[in-house]
Amino acid sequence: MNNISNNQLLRFTTAGSVDDGKSTLIGRLLYDSKSIFKDQIESVKRSSLRKGMEDIDLALFTDGLKDEREQGITIDVAYRYFTTPKRKFIIADTPGHTQYTRNMVTGASTANVAIVLIDARKGVIEQTKRHSYIASLLQISHIIVCVNKMDLVDYDETVFNDIVRQYEEISAKMMIKDVRYIPISALKGDNVVKRSKNMDWYQNAPLLHTLETMHISSDNNMVDARFPVQTVLRPQNDSHRDYRGYAGRVAGGIFRVGDEVKVLPSGFNSKIKSINRYDEEIEFAFEGMSIALTLENDIDISRGNMIVKKKNIPDTKQDITAMICWFDEEAARPRAKYVLKHTSNEQKAIIKKVLYKVNVNTFKRIEDDQELHMNDICKVQIRTTSPLLADDYNDNRNTGSFILIDEATNNTVAAGMIM
Amino acid sequence: MTKYFLNYLDELESEAVFVLREVVAQFENPVILFSGGKDSIVLTHLAKKAFYPSKIPFALMHIDTGHNFPETIKFRDDLVKELGVKLIVGSVQKAIDDKRVFEEKGKNATRNTLQITTLLDAIEDNTIDCAIGGGRRDEEKARAKERFFSHRDDFGQWTPKNQRPELWNIFNGKMQMGEHFRVFPISNWTEMDVWNYILRENIEIPSLYYAHKRKVVFRNNSWIPISEHLPKIEGEEIHTKKVRFRTLGDITISGGIESDADTLEKIVAEVSGMRETERGNRADDKRSETAMEDRKKQGYF
Repeated sequence: MNNISNNQLLRFTTAGSVDDGKSTLIGRLLYDSKSIFKDQIESVKRSSLRKGMEDIDLALFTDGLKDEREQGITIDVAYRYFTTPKRKFIIADTPGHTQYTRNMVTGASTANVAIVLIDARKGVIEQTKRHSYIASLLQISHIIVCVNKMDLVDYDETVFNDIVRQYEEISAKMMIKDVRYIPISALKGDNVVKRSKNMDWYQNAPLLHTLETMHISSDNNMVDARFPVQTVLRPQNDSHRDYRGYAGRVAGGIFRVGDEVKVLPSGFNSKIKSINRYDEEIEFAFEGMSIALTLENDIDISRGNMIVKKKNIPDTKQDITAMICWFDEEAARPRAKYVLKHTSNEQKAIIKKVLYKVNVNTFKRIEDDQELHMNDICKVQIRTTSPLLADDYNDNRNTGSFILIDEATNNTVAAGMIM
Repeated sequence: MTKYFLNYLDELESEAVFVLREVVAQFENPVILFSGGKDSIVLTHLAKKAFYPSKIPFALMHIDTGHNFPETIKFRDDLVKELGVKLIVGSVQKAIDDKRVFEEKGKNATRNTLQITTLLDAIEDNTIDCAIGGGRRDEEKARAKERFFSHRDDFGQWTPKNQRPELWNIFNGKMQMGEHFRVFPISNWTEMDVWNYILRENIEIPSLYYAHKRKVVFRNNSWIPISEHLPKIEGEEIHTKKVRFRTLGDITISGGIESDADTLEKIVAEVSGMRETERGNRADDKRSETAMEDRKKQGYF
């Protein structure tokens, strides 16, 4: 237990177009890190043989549902897991097809790292731009550009350097904080788990080591303390007759016992009396922890309220500007009301105006188009029925994000990032 | 120096607790699907933590195939008593007696698929709007595509192609009358995570998970326990082996593995060295490549 008790969880997403070797790369990571069980290997070996392949087809490890196999595509986000002695990894494996922008957005929403795959023979293409744009829009802190299929270009350093230059050009136009480049061959295994013997000119770490050692603790917002109340715990049993705990997951910053806090939207002030992490009392709680707070004063607090530090409060506004990605097959109806879900809060909202649409291939703005169709990414103005307790998405992913739900179908029709 | 990050088990725990609290906030009549297996035991343990010092705000619901390990039933009843929660039992045997379903025939017959009808009936009869399950995405490829909040139509069916996108940690539990949700708080856990967590929290699990001597026969590549429910095959040799079970289900199809692991530490060490998936010993998943996907679409766990 000791060796794993400090291990962090790292979530990453993979983006690449159909033939970039994404499934092969994931298969290679799982296979070389010995995360695949014998019966799975046997089953994939049998399938590979049936397909007339001599070597084992690594891509089959990420094989999905029946429909997908029949059509040879990936329909949806699939989650995969592997663990090394240093970290536990969750991969959001998203399809590369043009029409599935929404899946990529979904996979990116929880990721710390995005791996962008580029075919060494093709260089930066339209889809590379789309994937990178989505990664930057969703504020993924780290991007690893894997230039794949290096074996097919004779492991040539100049090919790699050219692609790095091409990518720097596009990434300069986006808000990406940390970009790294690794020349790999997922098929042959170069620089994925093991260092490549074919590319002496590449001095940095292979992909897995990079993922294992990347510093991610600073990616969360540890400054602006935010606590959306999920539910109220009132046991009313003999040992806890007057206990009134506000349960939730810290959405930003750090709370300590004794902190002066403000409850929003009511605006009442109080002090933190105790913090419970399940059955244990603790002195402080930080972003990501599920806890229950008690306050010094009896205040009427319910789900949807937010507890913050007295001197650091979020914006309270009914008119918000946001980037949204439209998910639904049905286009947005003008002036229709949608349910807006933001932290533990829920209310009605209308999309008042489309400010512009983004062409994700050229990054150009389209300003005269008010219609919202599936996979569109646009900047919009939204008005809500009561004030939203919101932060800028760039400052806090938890309190800057929302979804829109169509009341007629109950579908999640859009994802939004407050700007 | 103070560290401001959670280790992976703490993060998985925090995520699961968050999901359980969302269930209470978004649904009126949720239950925990309790099989007596380790995943549903961990789920119940997490629920205890999520609502401390309150009681667990869910009933436990057991879909009883009638083919139980006696140890599982005792464990279930003891736990229900300790927690002071309600137990709902959906009986496959009763569904057979009532001719709602028909038993499979032959030596590989199981009641696995029959559970679907009983499960859906129990959900409807008890007006349950959310059934919380211990399903994990690492178990099977159909599960890998499952949402935390997974919508079921009024026939209880899952449509993998038409799932709601799930972003950040915002969960959409809205539905029409007659529909329901399945919620999977430990989606992101692997088998190894579950075992490490059981060890860390010292959670009590049925004795069947520990190595013990038992009468077994060798079928479909695993050691199947002898029980009153197991159809006999002429000439089959009965062995006495030291075995333990990686998953607990229908006693007629849950295969044991030979093992000496009789403590949690030894089990964790053994599981981390395992080269076969836990479902590899379950006959229900050996039927075809898409066995789980097909059952899930119909309304399976």
